[in-house]
Amino acid sequence: MADMTADVAQMRGSQEKLTTADGKPLKVALAAAQARSKRRAFYLVAPLLFFVLLTFVVPIGQMLHQSVYNPDFVYKTDVTTKETTPIMVNLRNWFDENPRGTEPEEAAYEALAKDLVVLREVKAAGIAGTRINYERSGSRSLFTKSARKAKKLEAPYKEALLDVDDEWADPTVWAAMRNASSAYTMNFYLAAIDKARAVDGSVEAVDEKRKLYVKLFMRTLMLSILITFLTFVLGYPIAHMLATLPLRYSNLLMILVLLPFWTSLLVRTTSWMVLLQSQGVVNDALVGTGLLADENRIQMMYNQIGTIIAMTHILLPFMVLPLYSVMRPINPSYVRAARSLGATSWTAFRRIYFPQTIPGIGAGALLVFILAVGYYITPALVGGADGQLISNLIAFHMTKSLNWSLAAALAGLLLAGILVLYWLYDLLIGIDNLKLG
Amino acid sequence: MALPTHASTLERVWHRAYQVICALIFLFLIAPILIVIPLSFNAEPYFTFTEGMLKLDPEAYSTRWYDLLLTFGMQAPEAPRDGNWWSDAWENAQWINAAKNSVIIGFFSTLVATALGTLAALGLSRPEMPFRRAIMAVLISPMIVPIIITATGLFFFYSKTGLANSYAGIILAHATLGIPFVIITVTATLVGFDHSLTRAAASLGASPSKTFFSITLPLILPGVISGALFAFVTSFDEVVVVLFIAAHDQQTIPRQMWNGIREQISPAILSVATLLVIISIALLTTVELLRRRSERLRGLSPG
Repeated sequence: MADMTADVAQMRGSQEKLTTADGKPLKVALAAAQARSKRRAFYLVAPLLFFVLLTFVVPIGQMLHQSVYNPDFVYKTDVTTKETTPIMVNLRNWFDENPRGTEPEEAAYEALAKDLVVLREVKAAGIAGTRINYERSGSRSLFTKSARKAKKLEAPYKEALLDVDDEWADPTVWAAMRNASSAYTMNFYLAAIDKARAVDGSVEAVDEKRKLYVKLFMRTLMLSILITFLTFVLGYPIAHMLATLPLRYSNLLMILVLLPFWTSLLVRTTSWMVLLQSQGVVNDALVGTGLLADENRIQMMYNQIGTIIAMTHILLPFMVLPLYSVMRPINPSYVRAARSLGATSWTAFRRIYFPQTIPGIGAGALLVFILAVGYYITPALVGGADGQLISNLIAFHMTKSLNWSLAAALAGLLLAGILVLYWLYDLLIGIDNLKLG
Repeated sequence: MALPTHASTLERVWHRAYQVICALIFLFLIAPILIVIPLSFNAEPYFTFTEGMLKLDPEAYSTRWYDLLLTFGMQAPEAPRDGNWWSDAWENAQWINAAKNSVIIGFFSTLVATALGTLAALGLSRPEMPFRRAIMAVLISPMIVPIIITATGLFFFYSKTGLANSYAGIILAHATLGIPFVIITVTATLVGFDHSLTRAAASLGASPSKTFFSITLPLILPGVISGALFAFVTSFDEVVVVLFIAAHDQQTIPRQMWNGIREQISPAILSVATLLVIISIALLTTVELLRRRSERLRGLSPG
């Protein structure tokens, strides 16, 4: 209505100036009113937007910061006083003065020896060593051992340090220290795609047996595609049945789809553990009916099969609901018309019905895929070793190996992928069309 | 979909097969959830039906695992079951404490999520809302971003701000996770909301807050309650964030289940699962009833 008034005002504007009762030009008054209602709408959303920015966007930003920032070789933070002490100052100066590839001579070893004394004093040898360990395994003990003996080191420092451990002569140690000497680094992202910096600073692939992450990303991708496909195969017929039955019956059957949706994820995962165990219900039933010999019970849990079955079950409602909401309004007379014109039921389905359901398939598949890629709980519980997904590795680095920067880098890559898919979903389907039951 | 009378034999056979396939898929959906109920009454510490259970022998069934839920962690589980025993259970039983924590966290996070979410949904469903699409995308994103990423981010954020190991931290995190559900359900109820009603109220002299509480809120209440229930379930079922940011003694039901499943899975887990299934059935029924009421209120369905 407001737009119409504006149009009318514009049309007449050339002839006479319309004003409101208090003498303001109508155009100005209208613009002010519209701006006011815009502001009002925004004020309603503002508290939540602020809340989500604070509790969600800022934490994720902090995570992304952690993925490119690791100061463990630059300064030490005291746990209680929060005071920071710079460490490795001399060595970092030496790195700054000498370009990459310079052979470390006596001055470098002297700087290192002085820094090791500081490491010992502020008790940071373990942390700094761990930081180097991320780039070159086996370095942590080198640092702790050398820091313990640092006070007794005397010139010439090169010989003295090589006496403590001849690993100090290894150029990879020096390359790793140079990499770690600046707090901001992209090396964790490199590590997350199985790459590392070589001694001369170029990027190269890590050795075959340490390659892990790309394989895991690929596995996550393949399993998610497979699970999406399975939910489609299982979801399509029942969505079709729900959409074509009279509402009375379909509402009842819908409960069978919605109940899993409302049931705790842990409960559903537990149920699958109970069903799929080698001494579980499915195997017992197969053995009991004589279909399976007792000694060849199928191993369905703690491997990929377990992850696939449980995740397909858990994500199936996310496929059925969008399909249903697209199928329900489809007019059955189109298919009837095709049949009356001589199409077989298969042709009528293929040419008339199926194309109309494609938006629902897109919505469901994209949603299931997005959720599957980031799944954590189910693979962690039923996946075993080869059913783990990328999320499980992020959790591993967060809680077990404590390489937080690498965890953050892996999470950053996963997040980038998810956001692209989310953007695609919004573009194709629109977030407004997301429905829950 | 009824089959027309002129259908060929092949079509009849296919139609029958289609019904059987659908029945099997429905069975696949629902059986895993229902199977835990009888198994939780197993008298033996197994996860399968014992011979006695299959013969419906009453001896093979027992409520010992439910009893274990009460007694696990108690100081004197063998004492006679009088008032002291029950107060001991209330104070010390691990599962009861976990349930208390879960309910407290769930209640407050639902409150925050529902209040802020409903307000925002009102703004978002106004046509004049600026940057509507972008803001909506940000507000829904906690549902889309993998929980492990959210938990990782919160871990770094909370360890810097001192919210780690606190109830406030968990409540804020769970509220964030519940917000998308509130937004989705409330905006869905606001679609087709007749704005002339609020204008009528305003023209009759009602203040904006009076209009909201006596006109808008009663009409969107079913959506608000559904959203609140979704938010509560999200919090009640959330384990990853709790594992990352909560202190060791802040046990919740899902966390206790998680530990139980990872360490030594016992049928006690199945009895918890059964109780949770019953809760989810109750919640689903409530939400369905609310949805029908809302459709009736808005004149979307005939009955």
